[in-house]
Amino acid sequence: MHAIVGENGAGKSTLMKTLYGMHKPDEGTIAVDGETVDIAGPADAIARGIGMVHQHFMLADNLTVLENVTLGAEKLYGIGGRARKKIMEISAAYSLGVRPDVLVEDLGVADRQRVEILKVLYRGARTLILDEPTAVLVPQEVDALFHNLRELKSEGLTVIFISHKLGEVLSVADDITVIRRGTTVASVTPGEVTRKQLAELMVGSELPTPETRESTVTDQPMLQLEHLTLAEGGVSAPLAHTGAGGTTLPESATTETVAAGRKLLDDISFTIHKGEVLGIAGVEGNGQTELIDAIIGMHTPDSGTIRLDGTDVSSWPVRRRREAGLGYIPEDRHRHGILLDSPLWENRILGHVTEPPNSRGFRLDIKAARADTERIVEEYDVRTPGIDVTAASLSGGNQQKLIVGREMSHHPKLLIAAHPTRGVDVGAQAQIWDQIREARREGMAVLLISADLDELIGLSDTLRVIFGGKLVADADPATVTPEELGTAMTGAASGHLETPDDAPGAGADTEDGRR
Amino acid sequence: MKNAFKFDRERLLLGIAGPVLALAVAFALSVLVLVASGLDPIEPFQIMFSSLQEQDVQVLIVNQWATYYLAALAVAVGFRMNLFNIGVDGQYRLAAVLAAIVGVKVSAPGPLHILIIILTAIVVGSIWAGVAGVLKTARGVSEVVSTIMLNAIAGNLIAWMVLKDQFGEQAEGSNDLTTGLIDESGWFPGIKVSDFAGEIYGFVFIAAAVGVVYWYVLSRTRFGFDLRASGASESAAAASGVDAKRMVLVSMLISGAVAGLAGMPELLGGTHTYSSNFPVGVGFTGITIALLGRNNPIGVAFAALLIAFLDKASSQLNLEGYPAEIAKIMQGLIVLSVVISYEQVRRYGQRRQQHRVGEELAAQAKKNRKEVSA
Repeated sequence: MHAIVGENGAGKSTLMKTLYGMHKPDEGTIAVDGETVDIAGPADAIARGIGMVHQHFMLADNLTVLENVTLGAEKLYGIGGRARKKIMEISAAYSLGVRPDVLVEDLGVADRQRVEILKVLYRGARTLILDEPTAVLVPQEVDALFHNLRELKSEGLTVIFISHKLGEVLSVADDITVIRRGTTVASVTPGEVTRKQLAELMVGSELPTPETRESTVTDQPMLQLEHLTLAEGGVSAPLAHTGAGGTTLPESATTETVAAGRKLLDDISFTIHKGEVLGIAGVEGNGQTELIDAIIGMHTPDSGTIRLDGTDVSSWPVRRRREAGLGYIPEDRHRHGILLDSPLWENRILGHVTEPPNSRGFRLDIKAARADTERIVEEYDVRTPGIDVTAASLSGGNQQKLIVGREMSHHPKLLIAAHPTRGVDVGAQAQIWDQIREARREGMAVLLISADLDELIGLSDTLRVIFGGKLVADADPATVTPEELGTAMTGAASGHLETPDDAPGAGADTEDGRR
Repeated sequence: MKNAFKFDRERLLLGIAGPVLALAVAFALSVLVLVASGLDPIEPFQIMFSSLQEQDVQVLIVNQWATYYLAALAVAVGFRMNLFNIGVDGQYRLAAVLAAIVGVKVSAPGPLHILIIILTAIVVGSIWAGVAGVLKTARGVSEVVSTIMLNAIAGNLIAWMVLKDQFGEQAEGSNDLTTGLIDESGWFPGIKVSDFAGEIYGFVFIAAAVGVVYWYVLSRTRFGFDLRASGASESAAAASGVDAKRMVLVSMLISGAVAGLAGMPELLGGTHTYSSNFPVGVGFTGITIALLGRNNPIGVAFAALLIAFLDKASSQLNLEGYPAEIAKIMQGLIVLSVVISYEQVRRYGQRRQQHRVGEELAAQAKKNRKEVSA
């Protein structure tokens, strides 16, 4: 089992894509089983026994596991009994626990990942590439995944996995390759290095920590949510099906599985004060997206009120809320934060077209907007040769810096920061954390949603756990551990998280931990 | 700023590369079609180009340009926000027939009479397009489907309206049904070129002015920014505070209004009546032109000129024994090659830009490192 580590943007994914035939190398060779090969494309890679599990799953939600696995590989074992038998065989051999007739939309993230792995094995892969397989999992699921991977290894398969989480790399890999800025900087084995040394290899310097030291929380409420509830429904809702109803697996409660009429957000209430960072932990798809959408005004909740700085904004459209001081760092920047084919200066206008310096009256003030873009590029260290290049030609981290710079430039009263440092390199990460901290000192309230538990614990003044659209637990970031949070994120613990022993039984329908 | 200039020039070059490539491919394919049908592959083009020297053909092209330009702008407004208004043709015809009817029924002094006719056309065009807009925002009906259907409805409505029982008139000794002739006060003054060549419609200048307004609104106003943002990424626009539904409705209304104007050069400058000879399919040609001109007001102007040329110059072909349909085939081929070549050029440009951004950053990083070590 070989781990590739490196900070974001170091070239890990590019390397893996090259292995999988999605890119052609300019120079150098790839050897599989001692034989130098030229991989023409993904199909060729599969034929050579290389399979890839992408970070973003490539599954059709409305098909069953069996159908997803056989899709595109019908020639191997057909689509009927033989295929089912083969799937069960593989599943049993590596204890993947895959059920072939369940709809993928009823599966949780960890289950989907197992389906992806099975899909690759079904196609005869002997070398598995996993691109950041643990990014979307909670700690307990990570352990289960590594257990599966060890099974694969013991059967003689090769596993390459990409990660930037050093703890897990050290605990599971046999060999570690560290890459930085596109080149290999070290090849080590877990026995040789400590976590700290590995981190230093990775970034070339010491890792920053997201710690927030002094508290700046005031008693003036900035954002108050009261009994916010949102049920799935409307025109796009699928026909009601109760497939997820009786299942016992906690992961199966992701929102994708929610049948029509079920609650995506269930009676959510909290207050964020000026100068406070409220962190929300949760497995992706448990209502975080809906919560953000409701606060920003893209979704109208079925009931409940939203107050921003004392004013009821529940009925306000998005633009009015943003003008009133709502900053937004979206979780999916390509979908919600940026116009990929537009130049940087137009992206600087996006979301703030009605505010200075972007416009005067109904007219755009292109000159001022451009000048301000230059300023943001300078101050936020956006690495770009100019402001006329399209956003698409910047790396993800630099796009993120532009977004953060843009949002911060309007001095938001409340910043919704969803995965603010996802995909940015370590240096930029520290910078973004600093900016959030600084604005918080000046009285900005922050709603922080992140999959990076260290970031959540380090930055937040208050922590809540969301599960199945409910706030099920709260925790004090000063004392809580990532493991405790992880337990609550799967729904296995609720209430106030003090120590692991205090957590009530799994799946209990206890009242949530609202104050 | 030096860099900015470099990138801009490159974008311009790539912008021109797309249509040039498309036209070259379309030309080559047309030659193949001619060869395949056993005709001289070059002479038809020579005939078309030489007809350009004739003054009457020139006037015809310029007049046709106005209609095409307006129709293409109507399509382009939709395209800029990812709305596919296939109904420009129906909107344009319905607007023309109702404007003609109103023009006949109303009598007013010159400018006012013209204004009433134009306003009627704008309102009718917007309403007809607005139906599709409302259907989309209220019920989620795809505008592609609804506008196609509205085209059919408009066609039948028009056929019914020009019947003699309604508003139609039939000149003696003619089978042609018309809506009657608009009084001369409702004729848009033109520029007379010569007795032989006729006059250039005054509405040509209005069409050009609409192009300027289109450019200004789209690239210089908040509204235009919102519209373009919606087209570039609906989700990002929504997050930025654009009311998606309102935007769909408003841009459909604008698209329809411009479509309504498209009938005006012909009605006010040429026929002064709506008859069964009134050109059909202008809206579809508009789609071709908007595609070829990349929804850019200047690009569309050139594209409209090219298509108008193909249209008018091809009538010479019949006289020389070649089928005039060659021009139609060529138009179709242009659409095909435009779609393919633009995507190719776009991808190439994006790759190239990414490459260059990477290169420049690497160079910068190297320089910084040297400075640090020095």
